[in-house]
Amino acid sequence: MLELLQSHWRIGALMALGAFILALVPFYSSSYVISIFIVLYANIALATAWAFFSGTTRYISLATAAFFGVGIYALAIFHVYVPVPLALLAAAIVGFLVALVVGLSTLRLRGVYFVVFTFGLTELIHQVLNWWEIKINKTVSRYIFTDVSNVSIYETLLAVALITIVGSWFVSKIRLGFALRAIGEDETVARHTGVNTTRVKVVCFALSASVMALVGAVLALRYSYIDATIAFNNTWSFQVLIAALLGGAGRAWGPAIGAIPLVLLSDFLAGTFPHHFGIALGLCFVVIVYFLPGGLTRLLERLYHAWWAEQTKVRTH
Amino acid sequence: MILFEVFLNGLLLGGTYGLIALGLNLQYGVARILNLSYGEFFMGGAFTAFFTIMLWKFNPLLSLFISMPIAFAINWLIYQFLMIPLVRRAPDQDVLDADVVLVTFGLFFVFQGLALVNWSGDLRGYSFLSTGVPLFGATVALNRVLAFFGACAIAFALFLLLRYTRFGTALRAITIDPVAASLVGVDVRKFSALAFAGGGALAAASGMLVSTFISFSSTIGVEYTLKALIVVIMAGVGRVTGTLAAGLLLGVVESLGGYLIDPGLTIAINFGLFMLILLLRPTGLFTRA
Repeated sequence: MLELLQSHWRIGALMALGAFILALVPFYSSSYVISIFIVLYANIALATAWAFFSGTTRYISLATAAFFGVGIYALAIFHVYVPVPLALLAAAIVGFLVALVVGLSTLRLRGVYFVVFTFGLTELIHQVLNWWEIKINKTVSRYIFTDVSNVSIYETLLAVALITIVGSWFVSKIRLGFALRAIGEDETVARHTGVNTTRVKVVCFALSASVMALVGAVLALRYSYIDATIAFNNTWSFQVLIAALLGGAGRAWGPAIGAIPLVLLSDFLAGTFPHHFGIALGLCFVVIVYFLPGGLTRLLERLYHAWWAEQTKVRTH
Repeated sequence: MILFEVFLNGLLLGGTYGLIALGLNLQYGVARILNLSYGEFFMGGAFTAFFTIMLWKFNPLLSLFISMPIAFAINWLIYQFLMIPLVRRAPDQDVLDADVVLVTFGLFFVFQGLALVNWSGDLRGYSFLSTGVPLFGATVALNRVLAFFGACAIAFALFLLLRYTRFGTALRAITIDPVAASLVGVDVRKFSALAFAGGGALAAASGMLVSTFISFSSTIGVEYTLKALIVVIMAGVGRVTGTLAAGLLLGVVESLGGYLIDPGLTIAINFGLFMLILLLRPTGLFTRA
């Protein structure tokens, strides 16, 4: 831990400065800018949490929307009884527990089966919850009454996003991170070299899910009205996956890079051409697979190395 | 008696589920590509039928002559130009699966988006042969009977093709082992492309048949991709009769579940069944363990 701090203190100081500046943004900007940043931080946190598990182990999960929705509902239920910070904590814990159960039963599925299962899971929770609300609770929706300001939501999500990035980076440097990558390279080999693959996978899956649930809960503070269709919207799963892969799931800061253009694009298109956003998202998938397999971060790194090589060449001549 | 009627309707519906899944099973079984944009061709077939009867005032069955060749061509192109490069560069099946999932999900978004832009997201439907006919003492709609027998006829034709022709033998050989098939002189790439394209054409055909008795919109594709997947995974990859049987089972479970438990839960029952099978028997119900 101390060694890590010593070798990376420059980056750390730079990040702290950046975070400080970003934390001041809401006091000098319009509510429109604040809300764009809120969506951006939510996407960054979700994409980083997704990449933390799915990017390293290559278990492609489409359950982001499921855990996100669980967080929204957890907040809607708990905020009636306890103060908001406790309700947020409760949402993260519920997300963790749900993912624990799901993970224990499903993580032996591989490849396509896992992808389809996680996609189905979102739909299943959505449908059952919808039915439960209508039939048992005799209502379609829930209301959220809080007096949390947009500025507080901004600061909270900024903190969540930063902690997720730093946490994901930190884990990549310790044994757990090596175990995750080993699973992604070859699970059988990982198991034979003594990695308890089931425990590593389930714990990391649940950790990533708890972040997703927390983000859902924080965003829910902005809504006054929620229903199952709003909470369990599959678009979140896809958008987050694209952000992570566009940025590059192999680096802790990759998903954050990918989230920025995607959020701007979605803000630009969603209002005026909602259907064109779907098409753009689809084309993004195709472009990433064929032309950007390592994401933008690999491209940037390659450009940087090329530039650096050029510089040193000039100096030696 | 009502229960029997519900059962019968489930059986009829299940026949069409079997057909929907046959196309996907052909694609996945022979070409080893899990096409998640599959349901979009179902949606396309439904819309072609809709335009044929509403716009051009022809019998919707004639729309098969338009939608099936188009779906065949598009799927052939997808296989040749999008999938082959992925197959070539993938070091193993895991990497290929991940790439294919991403690309076909991307295509799903593109096709659905194009449909939404051009045809809007409104619910469509038309009336065709919607008279009731008596069947085993119960009354069922004629269009459902047509869809059922249409599905059975196509499935039977496919069965004969696979079983008794050289072409079919080659496809079965590829399903079992592509490398061995190429060693005995089967042009794996050509036949895989044809099977993939044929699967797409089946999706369009089933879309037409189902559109006679349901209302549909531009976003219906994904629901039927998942239903087809459920059936394929239930049946086991590369099996014709098993696929039809699994389709019937799904149709009956869905109908009875909707009637006995709650109609609002039919999709949930579908997914519940699917997940149960994934967890308990990921190789399929109708395969030898």
